[in-house]
Amino acid sequence: MTTFAQAILSGTAQGAIYALLALGFVIIYKATHVISFAQPALMVIGGLFSYHFSAVFGLPFWPSLFIAILLGAGLGMLIERLALRPMIGKPVFTLAIITIGVDVVLRVLANRYIGADSRALRYPGGSERYEFLGLALSHRQVTIIVVTLITVVSLALFIRYAKAGLAMRATALDQETALAQGVKVGAMFALAWAIAGGLAAIAGTFIATGSGGIEQDTWIIALKALPAIIIGGLDSLQGAVIGGLAVGIIEQITAVYQAAYLPFLGTNFSLVAPYALMFVVLLIRPYGLFGTKEVERV
Amino acid sequence: MLTVKNVEVVYNDVIQVLRGVSLTVEKGRITALLGANGAGKTTLLRAVSGLLDIHDGEVTKGRIELNGRAVHTWPPAKIVSAGLGQVLEGRRVFAEFTVEENLRIGGHTRRSGLHESIEEIYHLFPVLKERRRRTAGYLSGGEQQMLAMGRALVAQPDVILLDEPSLGLAPRIVQQIKDLVVQVNQERGTTVLLVEQNAMMALSIAHQGYVMEQGKIVMDDAAANLMENEDIRDFYLGRGELSTSYRNLKHYKRRKRWLS
Repeated sequence: MTTFAQAILSGTAQGAIYALLALGFVIIYKATHVISFAQPALMVIGGLFSYHFSAVFGLPFWPSLFIAILLGAGLGMLIERLALRPMIGKPVFTLAIITIGVDVVLRVLANRYIGADSRALRYPGGSERYEFLGLALSHRQVTIIVVTLITVVSLALFIRYAKAGLAMRATALDQETALAQGVKVGAMFALAWAIAGGLAAIAGTFIATGSGGIEQDTWIIALKALPAIIIGGLDSLQGAVIGGLAVGIIEQITAVYQAAYLPFLGTNFSLVAPYALMFVVLLIRPYGLFGTKEVERV
Repeated sequence: MLTVKNVEVVYNDVIQVLRGVSLTVEKGRITALLGANGAGKTTLLRAVSGLLDIHDGEVTKGRIELNGRAVHTWPPAKIVSAGLGQVLEGRRVFAEFTVEENLRIGGHTRRSGLHESIEEIYHLFPVLKERRRRTAGYLSGGEQQMLAMGRALVAQPDVILLDEPSLGLAPRIVQQIKDLVVQVNQERGTTVLLVEQNAMMALSIAHQGYVMEQGKIVMDDAAANLMENEDIRDFYLGRGELSTSYRNLKHYKRRKRWLS
């Protein structure tokens, strides 16, 4: 039982990172109806911003994270302005493909920077562990969960109550009517990208503090957000959070139990497990657990 | 005051919908714009409010002035800030928003006094105050129309465009909406451009009326005169007696006369 609870707890910490990434996907999708495949690059580059300010410029961890969030948001806006704004009105499929191109370009640049090393960010909180009822969480895991919680709650409050949040939701519901109210729809797209970029930078920073740091193929982690948003529902913010956590937890549980109970699935099946769960959700509720029932391609 | 001068609008670079439309909406008055489906009424409103762009349309000729400033090249947000409110056809309330959120987004361009402005709207439409926390999508059609009007008025526009406010509403509700339009015009001094298929309703409250057909203004006169006009009575208001069959022939001739 303790093993199971521990798996859920550790999974939550990992899932929090996926949740941040998934939120970025969903916010862009809701505002623009485009699935942005540029999230992996935003995550890696966001993590590298933190790394650079902390390891190269010698700033402490938290200021580096703060700067990385701002730069990540700026990068998101830049992508929107340069690559996507000129294509407004084109089919969303075209826009989705453009984001893949943007992702590739940015990752090539990032890999230039990374080089052959692993760029690991030293986590400032030390390596002590918190023990509680036989369960253990590292300082880093607790920080990830707390920061994610704060981020998600403030984002939810912003979207619910702030003027810009309201305008963003209005844009997502009906662009023409939003325009008729004087909402600058283009600015709302930029805002969505900025938020997604900022969230990705937080996720990237925490990944950089992990055991592997950031390597050439760390971007693959961001793809875990895809099963997360499909499980949660493409257009649901709480779905993104819950989907992200679900992916983290299922991964952890599979990692703990699969070797003992389902050995024929081979090693490292935990990497596949989120996609298996996604498959099951797609069969039962194709629009996700919290998504709107609607048929849309891509 | 809103002036449209000789405006031409083309969609998708090839489909010409407005061919030289001119009209004047006098300050503080209600101006009715009548016309059959496809005459170009909604297109004219889009041209005024800057919403052509997202429909791939463009003003290719002429100018549109709002309070003396040429606005036909402006983006919609700037036009709204300059004092133009619009109620789109079919109401288009944000169905998932509450009534109050709908009103708040209506005041998006306001920098201050949003709360007072919303209270004024509640005063004007008391039913909205009762329903302020309700989801807008579950309101009745009449209430949604009031909400759409209220939303457009929160920004305290000088000129408001109403696109078929009577669409799909029961006659009694239409009566109520009509009275509200008059009330808004008189109490707040808001200039109204009212686009309607319900010609009787529109002309009964308007000061001035325009009739559009196939992308042109074919008639304009004081609303009272239009009510008496033979053609208008024939095509839009209906006569008391049954039409005889040769009227159809005359219809064709009239159209020709109008279009020439």
